[in-house]
Amino acid sequence: MNNQLYLSSSPHIHSGETTDKIMRLVIYALVPAVLVSLYSFGLPALIVILICTIGCVVFEALANKAMKRSCTIKDGSAALTGILLALNLPPTSPWWLALLGAAIAILIGKQVYGGLGSNPFNPALVARVVLLISFPVQMTAWTAPAILSTRLDGISMATPLGLAKEGVMLTGQLPEIVHTGLLDFFLGNSAGSLGEMSAIALLLGGLFLLFKKVISWHTPVAYILTVVIFSGIFWLVDPTKYPSPLFHLFTGGLMLGAFFMATDMVTTPVTGRGMLIFGFGCGILTVLIRLFGGYPEGVSFAILLMNAATPLIDRYTRPKIYGQMAPQKA
Amino acid sequence: MLTSILCLGGIGLIASLTLGFAAKKFAVEVDPREAAILDALPGANCGACGQAGCSGYAKAVAEGRLAPNLCTPGGSSTLEAIAAILGIEASAAEPVVAVVKCQGDNEKAMPKYQYLGLTDCNAAQKIADGPKACPGGCLGLGSCERICPFDAIHINDKGLAVVDRNKCTGCGKCVSVCPRGVISLAPKSVTTHVLCNSHDKGALVRKYCQVGCIGCMICKKTVPEGYVIENFLASVVYEKPEGIEAAIGKCPMKCIHDYATPAQKTAVEPDSAA
Amino acid sequence: MSLKTFAGGLHPPDSKSYSEHKAIEACPLPEELVIPAMQHIGAPAEICVGKGDLVKKGTVIANAKGFVSVPIHASTSGEVIAVEPRMHPSGKLLPAVVIKPDGEDAWDESLKGGNPDDLDAEALKKKILACGIVGLGGATFPAHVKLSPPADKKIDTLILNGVECEPYLTADHRLMLEESERLIDGINILRKVLGIERAVIGIESNKPDAIAKLGKECIAHKIEVVPLEVKYPQGAEKQLIDAVTGRQVPSGCLPMDAGVVVQNVGTAAAVSDAIRLGHPLVERIATVTGPGIKEPKNLKIAVGTPLQHLVDQCGGLVGEPGKIIMGGPMMGQTQLSLEAPAIRGTSGLLIFRKEDIDTREAGPCIRCGRCVSVCPIHLQPTLLAAYARLDLIDEAESANALDCIECGCCTYICPATLPLVQSIRYAKGGIMAKRRKS
Repeated sequence: MNNQLYLSSSPHIHSGETTDKIMRLVIYALVPAVLVSLYSFGLPALIVILICTIGCVVFEALANKAMKRSCTIKDGSAALTGILLALNLPPTSPWWLALLGAAIAILIGKQVYGGLGSNPFNPALVARVVLLISFPVQMTAWTAPAILSTRLDGISMATPLGLAKEGVMLTGQLPEIVHTGLLDFFLGNSAGSLGEMSAIALLLGGLFLLFKKVISWHTPVAYILTVVIFSGIFWLVDPTKYPSPLFHLFTGGLMLGAFFMATDMVTTPVTGRGMLIFGFGCGILTVLIRLFGGYPEGVSFAILLMNAATPLIDRYTRPKIYGQMAPQKA
Repeated sequence: MLTSILCLGGIGLIASLTLGFAAKKFAVEVDPREAAILDALPGANCGACGQAGCSGYAKAVAEGRLAPNLCTPGGSSTLEAIAAILGIEASAAEPVVAVVKCQGDNEKAMPKYQYLGLTDCNAAQKIADGPKACPGGCLGLGSCERICPFDAIHINDKGLAVVDRNKCTGCGKCVSVCPRGVISLAPKSVTTHVLCNSHDKGALVRKYCQVGCIGCMICKKTVPEGYVIENFLASVVYEKPEGIEAAIGKCPMKCIHDYATPAQKTAVEPDSAA
Repeated sequence: MSLKTFAGGLHPPDSKSYSEHKAIEACPLPEELVIPAMQHIGAPAEICVGKGDLVKKGTVIANAKGFVSVPIHASTSGEVIAVEPRMHPSGKLLPAVVIKPDGEDAWDESLKGGNPDDLDAEALKKKILACGIVGLGGATFPAHVKLSPPADKKIDTLILNGVECEPYLTADHRLMLEESERLIDGINILRKVLGIERAVIGIESNKPDAIAKLGKECIAHKIEVVPLEVKYPQGAEKQLIDAVTGRQVPSGCLPMDAGVVVQNVGTAAAVSDAIRLGHPLVERIATVTGPGIKEPKNLKIAVGTPLQHLVDQCGGLVGEPGKIIMGGPMMGQTQLSLEAPAIRGTSGLLIFRKEDIDTREAGPCIRCGRCVSVCPIHLQPTLLAAYARLDLIDEAESANALDCIECGCCTYICPATLPLVQSIRYAKGGIMAKRRKS
């Protein structure tokens, strides 16, 4: 009796695609953005990134142990959450802020729901928003980039979006920099959180993910296009009060959000149509918050709000099943 | 300031009036006995009574459609409570517990093949009749564990289902979910059982299991009244359990087991309060 | 080049190079043939011979039982040495007739062929039933049932399935190349039975030689040859109909509801033999292949040949076998051993070595949506699997679990290596059990 043979249900071959591989590719895609942030803010950026990443992995392991689940740090999802969280923090973040963020992301954002695959909200964004509301001073202490420095000398500088909001609030008009600084924003020469620095670095990573078929085009295209068109309408109405679509594109966390946060598989719809709706909703909310909300930046809030709508979107975008009410050609 | 207080207060007042009105107007008439019976039931919604849940059963009992003694999990205490509510006399059925008639864990029983796939006994059984060489043996993939509403049956670390006789209420869900019929209900008062479910001939059983019943008849010879052998498989005659422990030591395959052995004595003490 | 196809599906490496250039070889008879009574979908045939009976090749050894059933015939001449439960490809012990070949391989003299032009549709259909013709693509659905649509279903197209989208398998490919005459003759007979003109052979474009050859030969017979995109499951009945005709079979219905009858190319060739020569279905072409086989081949085998004998004909095993699969890697059935016989539905024998087996444990679903995008029926496999896990049978039913064709695309692509098809199958079992109850 040969009882060492394997028996199973069909199919008997597998594509070789794995969760770890997907997570790894997303981490690779973030490398350009991480490098730009290191270049711009030097050692402090490195420390924030390390604390967040290692923190997330350690908290994941501890949570696994406490809940008697099998250890899931090898799938790379915790490390990815850590990097994404770091990219959402200001370079001046103190160590405790980063560590607290990691704890919130993994414990409250993910593990209490049952771990990978069960969390309704993007863990990194949950952490960012909790920190932003709880520690508004530390979370908005922006400084000017200081190339490859070992410490930030505290020359404070507002983010482009902050400047725009402030200008409109105080003078009713957009400041000059909004029109002239586009190239700097695009390349990463402005203030902001670690991952908001360079639109081009994020775009590179996003294109890599699209090329590797890790993410599908639906969400980023719908998101970015909606932002361009919706903000473009306001800009055409009054260009002195509303910034141009390009400004919206290259500032803040839009690229990071569109390519890396709104494409998080766990918390977004599963069908192409659902992703289009998701991206559209994110785009509208982002522009509304940026132009009319209390915060200068709305990407995180927009994505979190749409995360909440994901089950609903999934429900109403079920694909039409083969042979259901098929048109019969006689 | 005053406007807002008035506004909010007004909204609150109107809402509470509406709610109060709706509660009175649309109240559903409930037989008070039905509610009382529902309170008396364990609330596990296990389905042992044949209804979808406890409320269905409570309704059926209140309306007299079902007998009050069908709730096995509740046992005699629930029955007494229901009888008191309905003002009737009712006789309790003898309490039963689930018994896993298999000791062939991963160390003692041979596999038929290496199973890959869904961790579920019913799914595995569909593939060449299950991964265990014994056609009746416990597959250990935990269908019973998942369906048990009382957390009373678990797969041990050697891949065998084990019943916690203290927690088991005899609802029978595990019995119906097991694809191999390894689990059966037996009177709780009987603690000695033949733990094997293989009807194969002795020579074949020996090939795949170290603790399988080979139908050698020794137990029956020791306690003629207490055991019966059918298709090469011994089982206890639950109606005549006197003296059946005498065969335990005689069984060459060690497949007769007494749950009341000193080590486990506490586990089988009747505990109606739990 | 834009080829016809369907929406969804994927393209696993086809791994056909093992055997696609190997000409069909006749497999010598084994020492004993084990012919199970259960070889087709429907009611198993009823064994009508006993131990010691002498049979000829083509003698009926089991009678059809009911409409959806076919008779089974002896695959060679010899003596019945046992009628007993034997290992069946399903992994169960099922009744079988064991025949010891006498070496003559002589056909039963009572079998007579004829010219299809002399017979009417009804007589042809009877002959097809008597010869035990079943779908040779793997599902083994009795051919005469498909050829007997109710009067209110108007059939206008016959589709011949030469897609062979399962990786590794090349039996149909070789048949189309080497036995095209039988194939075309069979198609003509099938057209006559159905009383229709239009016949289409669908072939995946990774078999250009077969497309070229049949394309040339079919012109004279007005049979269309349609090259199809290389995509799994292109050869699934519903997907093939969609690709070729643009019609969809309504949910829960049969191809005949879309005006189409689909037959495998091998079935058509077998129909030709049944009518012209009177020969029942006692042999078929099967691919013996995989990394665990020394010398992969396409063999013409007698029904009932033990798998071990097939392996021996192909130079034996390489390394330690890990999985023995009857059929293709996407929908085939794993075997307990090489003891079971090849039956009418055996399109191939695929052997993986121990090191080829993926034994990773399944992780949690990350809702990546890949299963949703590849499902050729456009179901949401991850949702259905979740329903199955929670035993939500009614929900699974309303999410159309019964429409699943179990092609395996979702499980193939799943990064969490979840056994999605198995879960859906479990839910389907639950739905069917519930329906039987009510």
